[in-house]
Amino acid sequence: MKIAIASGKGGTGKTTLSTNLASYLAESRKVVLTDLDVEEPNSGLFLKSELFFSEDKYKMIPEWNKVDCTLCGECQDNCNYHAVIQVVDTIMVFPELCHSCFACSELCPTNSLPMIPQKMGELQHFKTKNFDFIESRLIIGEEQAVPLIKQTLDYVDSQFDKDVVKIYDSPPGTSCPVIEATKDADFIILITEPTPFGLNDVILAIDTMKELKKDFAIVINRFGIGNDDIIKYCEENKIDIIAKIPNQRAAAELYSKGELMYPKIPEVKAELEKIVKYLESQVL
Amino acid sequence: MKEIVIISGKGGTGKTSITASFAVLAGKDVVVADCDVDAADMHILLQPENKESHDFFSGELALIDQDACIQCGKCDDVCRFDAIDVTDGIYTVDEISCEGCGYCSKVCPTEAITNESLNVGKWHIADTRLNQPFVHAKLGIGADNSGKLVAQVKNIAKEVAEENKKPYVIVDGSPGVGCPVVSSLSGAHFVVLVTEPSVSGIHDLKRVYELVKKFHIKAGCIINKSDINLDKTDEILEFLRSENITHLANLPYDENFTKAMTERKTIVEYGDSNSNSEIKEVINSSWNKIKNILN
Repeated sequence: MKIAIASGKGGTGKTTLSTNLASYLAESRKVVLTDLDVEEPNSGLFLKSELFFSEDKYKMIPEWNKVDCTLCGECQDNCNYHAVIQVVDTIMVFPELCHSCFACSELCPTNSLPMIPQKMGELQHFKTKNFDFIESRLIIGEEQAVPLIKQTLDYVDSQFDKDVVKIYDSPPGTSCPVIEATKDADFIILITEPTPFGLNDVILAIDTMKELKKDFAIVINRFGIGNDDIIKYCEENKIDIIAKIPNQRAAAELYSKGELMYPKIPEVKAELEKIVKYLESQVL
Repeated sequence: MKEIVIISGKGGTGKTSITASFAVLAGKDVVVADCDVDAADMHILLQPENKESHDFFSGELALIDQDACIQCGKCDDVCRFDAIDVTDGIYTVDEISCEGCGYCSKVCPTEAITNESLNVGKWHIADTRLNQPFVHAKLGIGADNSGKLVAQVKNIAKEVAEENKKPYVIVDGSPGVGCPVVSSLSGAHFVVLVTEPSVSGIHDLKRVYELVKKFHIKAGCIINKSDINLDKTDEILEFLRSENITHLANLPYDENFTKAMTERKTIVEYGDSNSNSEIKEVINSSWNKIKNILN
């Protein structure tokens, strides 16, 4: 069972919901939480855990071997990303532009561009008191999150059985990293805040999930600020709102310290219970 | 012409609210660019009217001509993105997985695969409700290449600034440290880092600043909601000192930011002349500090 937490807008509570929901569910089920926001992974800041396993993650990039190269220029023509460029009598490779498609390498008539691994990030697998937690972080300067997200998902699939509840903390936005993080999920929870920015961005996220043909529902965070437009929007479009986490300064303060909310704020625990009931009726 | 980019690493720290406030304070001196192309929000506050709109083409998508396809499977063999679907012997391209590398079309023996240019979004030149030039864009659902659209928005904003002799371009960036953020930093003269005193705010600030350093751009920092956790605010101030980042301002946790937003106003325009006067003053003095650093 795979449940992804996504949002469109950043800072609406993806990590808060992911960590609290994972911890709460782990009181009664086997759970693994995975942080797929590889650009800025934060879930681990809220969990007490011990490192169980870690490994570097690599992407494959071409490396020019000039010995047999005839400077025919095919590699440059075969690269759609301008990551391989011929400058006079040198072939230059720009790894940050490379998508690891292998075309330049495998179509080179003299095998002068063998693919070599280049580190793009690190995966870490932690154990908390009652659940597993996995995060990957992209090396600063590496631009593409998608290959690291893909390898992280593969790791989780290889380590855990199908019946384990898998929760994925997704990156913000609506572009390729979010698609990669949500496309294999069985259910998506979109978390938003009841503000004009929150509404604008959750509509983009809703459209994305419709495009991906995903089942999803909404959780409203910081309920009580802003206005009711999100509720009207969901009513008109027949979208389920499964919980409303109240706006409280105490919640912001706990968050700032890196603490979970539900053990200390009963209203948050009550909303988590609603989410779990809903998930049980839909997918769990 | 000087370009100022506002980023944060972490989402939801107040980037857009602060960028729009700077835009209002700068008045006729600026061109505003919204480079958070996959979740753009600044239009909500600045209510632009589009003057021109353009499609943005970037990247390619493979397309298989079923009449020419002989089902040899070579495309599937070479595709590294699992983008070739095979159902009942029929080969099709999974549009979401295809990254447009074109490898499949190069190995297809019957030339059955062509690559189509992809329309990944739209960009617009507009006037804000304060009659400032505003360049913004919208990436299509699930589209790739947001970094390229960011570069386009920035380039157009710079052209508009040159044409209209505007001294500043103000750029609202996206969260994270990946390709759209890298694109938004390229060529910038000053970076404003908006953070909050929380474990994640600090963590993300440090990561995004590591990226800023690679570009050798001067930076300043605004600590939003600074009274939520005074220890963390001190920790951020210590980090700013150690990295020689200009501390621009502390802003309090204040729900007037949200109230202003629901009225589609910036915080510096919200309420009567006396309310929020402290916040208005702090944002104004930050903007003046940035101008002093740049000139």
